Amino acid sequence: MRDTRSPTPVQFGWLLAAVTATLAPHAIELPYWLIVLCASLIAIRSALLLRRGKPPRQLLILLVAVAAGIGVRFEFGHFFGKDPGVALLAVLLCLKLLESRTPRDLRAAVLLAYFLQLGLFFYNQTPSIAALALAGALLTTTTLQSLEDAAARPAAQLRTSAVLLAQGLPFMLVLFVLFPRVQGPLWGLPSDAYSGMTGLSDTMTPGSISQLGLSDAIAFRAEFSGAPPPPSQRYWRGPVLTRYDGRSWRPGFSTIAAAPRYKPSGRAYEYRLTLEAHNQPWLLALDFPAASIPKTRYAGDFRLLAEQPVRMRTRLDLRSYPATAVGKDEDAFVLAEARRLPADFNPRSRSLAKAITAGASDPAAILARTLERLRGIDLRYTLSPPLLGTHAVDEFLFDTRQGFCEHFASAFVFLMRAAGVPARVVTGYQGGEINPVDGSLVVRQSDAHAWAEVWLAGRGWVRVDPTALSAPARIESGLSAALQDWDALPLLRRPGMDWLRDLRHRWDALSNTWNQWVLGYNPDRQRDLLERIGFPQPDWRTLAMLLGVSATGLMLLLLAWAFAQRRRHDPLDVAWARFSRKLARHGAARLPWEGPLDYGRRLAMTFPESSEPLRTISEDYARLRYGAEPADPRSVRLLARSIRRLKLK
Amino acid sequence: MPHRYAIRVLEAANCIILGKDRELRLALACLIARGHLLIEDLPGVGKTTLAHVIARLIGLHFQRIQFTSDLLPADIVGVSIFDRDTGSFRFHPGPIFSQLILADEINRATPKTQSALLEAMEERQVTADSETHPLPEPFFVIATQNPSHQIGTFPLPESQLDRFLLRIRLGYPDRSAERALLMGEDRRELLERQRAVIQPDDLLAMQQAAHAITVSERLVDYVQALLASTRHSPELAAGLSPRAGLGLIAAARAWALIDGRDHVLPEDIQTVFPHVAAHRLHTAGDGRSVTPEALSQLVRDVPVV
Repeated sequence: MRDTRSPTPVQFGWLLAAVTATLAPHAIELPYWLIVLCASLIAIRSALLLRRGKPPRQLLILLVAVAAGIGVRFEFGHFFGKDPGVALLAVLLCLKLLESRTPRDLRAAVLLAYFLQLGLFFYNQTPSIAALALAGALLTTTTLQSLEDAAARPAAQLRTSAVLLAQGLPFMLVLFVLFPRVQGPLWGLPSDAYSGMTGLSDTMTPGSISQLGLSDAIAFRAEFSGAPPPPSQRYWRGPVLTRYDGRSWRPGFSTIAAAPRYKPSGRAYEYRLTLEAHNQPWLLALDFPAASIPKTRYAGDFRLLAEQPVRMRTRLDLRSYPATAVGKDEDAFVLAEARRLPADFNPRSRSLAKAITAGASDPAAILARTLERLRGIDLRYTLSPPLLGTHAVDEFLFDTRQGFCEHFASAFVFLMRAAGVPARVVTGYQGGEINPVDGSLVVRQSDAHAWAEVWLAGRGWVRVDPTALSAPARIESGLSAALQDWDALPLLRRPGMDWLRDLRHRWDALSNTWNQWVLGYNPDRQRDLLERIGFPQPDWRTLAMLLGVSATGLMLLLLAWAFAQRRRHDPLDVAWARFSRKLARHGAARLPWEGPLDYGRRLAMTFPESSEPLRTISEDYARLRYGAEPADPRSVRLLARSIRRLKLK
Repeated sequence: MPHRYAIRVLEAANCIILGKDRELRLALACLIARGHLLIEDLPGVGKTTLAHVIARLIGLHFQRIQFTSDLLPADIVGVSIFDRDTGSFRFHPGPIFSQLILADEINRATPKTQSALLEAMEERQVTADSETHPLPEPFFVIATQNPSHQIGTFPLPESQLDRFLLRIRLGYPDRSAERALLMGEDRRELLERQRAVIQPDDLLAMQQAAHAITVSERLVDYVQALLASTRHSPELAAGLSPRAGLGLIAAARAWALIDGRDHVLPEDIQTVFPHVAAHRLHTAGDGRSVTPEALSQLVRDVPVV
């Protein structure tokens, strides 16, 4: 039967709320003109609802739909893929609002709204997006509920749908835990699946890392099983840049092997690294990772590498030995590359290097002198250094004297090479912030850093951080302590924002839990979990069996609960049944046909000591149950309480 | 205070009719519920006295009609006689035009006469010679009946019995009550001296108040379950009619009023149920009247929810 009654204002109201709540989070992704179009369509529908106006003509709606389709085609260049798809669906949903005349139309809109809530996760899977999608789902379910039970009060409709969603929760959990996991983004199209991942790149032109410095996004988290290393040892190794063309630094040649080229020694730190996707193979381990970590490889420049670019959030259990001496027997080829300098650049720096070197041949002495000299130059650490020209190092050292870590590292390595000492730039992250809520170390993109390594015969590669010369606070306390001009800092890094930072810490801890347990729930973890509850080697048949059994069990539980609820719904009945049960323990249960007053009289005779409360209770019940006034909840509660407190003498 | 009126009547009645409080209450409840009362018992247990007492205490105009086998309908409702002065027939009302009628030994009259009374009871009016004469208000019939196995009786048909709201039995008084009766004053003299304790208007007020007494949904559930159990019982020839159901609730309301409540309880229903059902139910097979034991078993089979 087709339902042709026109929907009530309440039903439309719920749908409008549901559509608004569904589309609002999409506003981050949708083109501006589309947001304006959707908002105005919703506004028109709301105005029509308030003034009880007639919906516009079908032809007009069709024209708007065609125009929006053309707009989407121009915006994205095609109709396929998630972006144009979501955009089209959003417009169609808003147009469906204008077109809706029957409950059937509303149901169609509800279906679209559900789909768009799912679509939110195409872009983003954070807990906040999940909460927004859930809010949308609640309102959409309420719309459905209002279509089913139009007579109920709106608050009751909302409550019913909340109860429905809550009842779905156990099923959701069972499906989440037991449904076979698929690795990788299901909806990813090659062109846009991995875009938008941020992190270090494998080239460094002074100015590139300072971009990252503006970002509060999390690069990775580390949970140390003991105390974390002091800030001065928190160097997380990224690309090692050896090749220099006068402007940019690029990675040099590096071997890749299944075992590291060093023997770990000294104090070990064990930690669990949760790396955000950055679409690069390096794993940003703390210097220097232990041998034989599964599913990793070791680069000749001491990076720890994954087998594939890290395209999903990845968890690794690692162990690092910061005190290890590395590279004592470095290949001559690598050392040669680490001495190479293009001839035509930075003449002033070259002569400075010559002046420093004069009369010294020992690389260690040259290093000490260079550091001494650099400390003498008044270099200023800033996030917004002036642009540099062709002779970048010269300009930095002699003219502008303002720079970020990459300027310092670049200039230092240049000077060392000019003096004939092998040196290279190492990029990665330095420092990190302990989250007081869960104790994990959070390293953000703003912790990106560049430092240097110098090769000394007999000692191997030695880490030198030239930034520490001018801004030691950068190493000890992080970016904000090193900068004087706070305006350029990300908001959360500015001092005096403690409450905001505290909030941020809590949020980070929540997100971390979410990432670990919800987003990070991959086939491996699923297998681990199932093995732990006693299903060794689970395959899809085990999963299907478990799914079926637990879904059926849950359904039966819910059914039993619903039946129990129905029978015990009335609190007055519950109280009276309790009274009878209580007296049954004394051998005086109510006979099935016995009315309340008769029962009370009989009890009063059986228990003469307690006749007064027994009579009062049965009389109160009789009055509340059969009386002229409907039983008011307060009296029922009072009766229930006196029944609970009744003690037979 | 309608409840007070009932108490006043009962207190006074208990002084004259000894040891029959429950029966007096039932009779009064029947009156308050605007029903008619059937008393089935042996002669000499105080049926007439009961009717007298009620009439006198409430101040009702009382008539007694002794039913005999030669009693004619006109002897009850009245007769039209030609008036020579006006040249037309004039209706002379019979004894039925009273507020309280004692129809004594109703089963000794022929069915034709019986039905004349019962029709008047039901319709509360009398039609003679295409003229309708309303009966007075309040109008209450107490019929007495000898147990039908006595010789020379015409048992009332089931359809007629249905018009009586309640049937009670008086039975022999208990030992102490009988002793007081035998030792005490003549009841007739006592009755002569007794003044009315309430007025007929007060009775009307009680009837209206009883009508306003609450019958909750749960109670209707219970009544329906009880009615259904009489209809499904294999031991009964037929169940209670909807009219009996209405009567059950009306009588229970009156009982609740006498008890001083503004709502009906399952206990009220259980109290009046045997008196509402006894003359309406017959056992399957031999068609005998249902026994009191069977009635109380019926009540016990239906749980109070």
